[in-house]
Amino acid sequence: MNYSYTLLILLLPILIFLFIGLMGDKMKPQLSGLLGTSGLLVLTLLSYFTAFNYFGHRVGESFKAIEAFQLLWLQFTDSLIIHIGILLDPLSVMMLVVITTVSLMVHIYSLGYMKGEKGFTRYYAFLSLFTFSMLGLVLATNIFQMYIFWELVGVSSYLLIGFYYERPSAVAAAKKAFIVTRFADLGFLLGILILSFYTNTFDFIKLTDLNGLAITQPTTAVFMGLSVTTWAMLLIFMGGAGKSAMFPLHIWLPDAMEGPTPVSALIHAATMVVAGVYLVARLFPLYSYTSPDSLEVIAYIGSFTSLFAAVIACTQLDIKRVLAFSTLSQIGYMMVALGVSGYGNEGLGYMASLFHLFTHAFFKALLFLGAGSVIHAVHSNLMTEMGGLKKYMPITHITFLIACLTIAGIPPLSGFFSKDEILVAAFEHNKIIFAVQWLVAGITAFYMFRLYFNIFWNHTPEYHHAPHESPATMTIPLIFLAAASIFSGFVPFHDLITSDGNPLHTEFHWMIAGPSILIAVVGISVAYVLYAKKNSKPESIATNLKGLYTMAFHKFYIDEVYLFITHKVIFNFISRPVAWFDRHIVDGTMNLIGNSTVYFSGAIKKMQSGQMQWYIWYFTSGVLLLVFLVMYLN
Amino acid sequence: MNLQAEIPLDYMIVLSTIVFFVGLMGVLIRRNLITMLMGIELMLNAVNINFVAFNHYLFPNRLEGHFFALIVMAIAAAEAAIAIALIINIYRQFNTVSVDDVDELKF
Repeated sequence: MNYSYTLLILLLPILIFLFIGLMGDKMKPQLSGLLGTSGLLVLTLLSYFTAFNYFGHRVGESFKAIEAFQLLWLQFTDSLIIHIGILLDPLSVMMLVVITTVSLMVHIYSLGYMKGEKGFTRYYAFLSLFTFSMLGLVLATNIFQMYIFWELVGVSSYLLIGFYYERPSAVAAAKKAFIVTRFADLGFLLGILILSFYTNTFDFIKLTDLNGLAITQPTTAVFMGLSVTTWAMLLIFMGGAGKSAMFPLHIWLPDAMEGPTPVSALIHAATMVVAGVYLVARLFPLYSYTSPDSLEVIAYIGSFTSLFAAVIACTQLDIKRVLAFSTLSQIGYMMVALGVSGYGNEGLGYMASLFHLFTHAFFKALLFLGAGSVIHAVHSNLMTEMGGLKKYMPITHITFLIACLTIAGIPPLSGFFSKDEILVAAFEHNKIIFAVQWLVAGITAFYMFRLYFNIFWNHTPEYHHAPHESPATMTIPLIFLAAASIFSGFVPFHDLITSDGNPLHTEFHWMIAGPSILIAVVGISVAYVLYAKKNSKPESIATNLKGLYTMAFHKFYIDEVYLFITHKVIFNFISRPVAWFDRHIVDGTMNLIGNSTVYFSGAIKKMQSGQMQWYIWYFTSGVLLLVFLVMYLN
Repeated sequence: MNLQAEIPLDYMIVLSTIVFFVGLMGVLIRRNLITMLMGIELMLNAVNINFVAFNHYLFPNRLEGHFFALIVMAIAAAEAAIAIALIINIYRQFNTVSVDDVDELKF
């Protein structure tokens, strides 16, 4: 098969970005939106075609990684070579489908949602930039190319969070997201450097080759009690944890909801935030064979994050923040699944993680777009100002309900299958993590239905003007994504996307599925009792659990801890002394040199009178002086 | 005629020193460019006296001192031509030949 046409997948969005970005002012805003959307439609069809071709042509039993395009970019030495290319393997092709599908839905949806907004053209240009960066990230053939695109998605995320740059909170959120992820990327870069120093390659295929040097002969160097490989893998995971908002680097994601809602759906729910999962999955053989310890760490961090975020999500009032914490929690699931997974025949967790990534992209994008539709109708983010919307917005209501049922894990919707696989994988590996994830499944069902009942049921507040259903450009993506949420669970993932490319044999376990359905139903029922009709029970529970409730409502004060550490500790004990040293010692030395030069030249500049005879006088006196010196010193 | 018997070398050196410093003072003190040029010519001629005198008293059979004196005269003629051209230009530019008024290059 010739896959060289995949180069278009990268070129098309960057060309659209450049075109809209440069020419946007000269055309009608609506036209730039249509241009971006139709370009993305072509892109989506192209990536479906690629997926169809790739998954249709397996070599024997398994799928092989293909380098569809390879260009030597930088060559420093014989071993330090950086390529730019396109790598096709089950993982990247699957991501290709997810990204283009969700991006297309967001493009269509934004035609309605962003209509008439100032900066409509800019918005579409940035969406194309993001799509380009994200596609470049997943198609990267080597870790360095991935790092470049990794930073590019960070930039486009920054630009889109700060889209409403006239609002100070949006600007602060954009900066926070950029700085936190950038801090994490420092670890990523260090990890890349350490890893490539010991393996002499950046190339993913060489790095993850089971017979390759990176895996068969890992370095024996040890630093602070841990092997250098483990350090490298943990540092790389730090980058992934920053992008995927794992505890304790999660603080930027809830604030990132300041961006337009479709952006949250695309970047902060479906694609960019799963880049960390993608990164770990991409280097999975390395993790699995050379440093199982770091996989343990990933499992525990993922598990903790999912529980932690789920508890916070139960108390938040801003519907987008509930969804943001829900995203944290679900990404935690994916990390857990990777952490408990083995390689090859034991790679159930790997498959489950990516399966969940796949289904989550659809139902979480659906949830965000549905929330956007609601916000569009009632002009508020707070669930206290919503209620009884089911009779005003039937399509939004039905699709939102489907999404909630999906994330809660009710069969036969897709979320049930992927979550079930994760629970099975966790059960086989570690019973404590399994118990936590099982509990989180219940909490997830509870807070999602708390959200659902508060928006669509409960009592109807006084609306200024009656809410109405959103236009077709917004409801069509909702319907499409609802269909994807229902049916994506039937994709034969164990056959297609596995850790080693060979089909994986999986069984259905009623022992796991039964309890997980049970706890989901319990969660939904509790939410029904508390929130279906207006009553005083939620307040009384909040009063009874006052300490826990207040803690969770304030997100366990993690932001305040960060503020304390940065403002009080780092600023006072590191930054200020350094600034003082810089201002007084470093600058002072330079100023001293400069000032004394100015002073001295001020003193002697009068000799430069322009009167030639004075010059001759100085010259003659000098000569005479020398003559006398020579005469009398000899 | 025996010059050696009539005029000792010291006289020559004293003469050339006096002529040299008269020239130097002319350059240093006078403000008129043409007078300064004359001072420079005096200084060159003081050197010429030294060349010829030393040649005559120390190496009477050789001619290098004379040659140098002739070269200096030729150069002095060329230099005078250039200097006068410059002075004419300065005059056209500033309407004066006083060095005090030609101080555009000062700080």
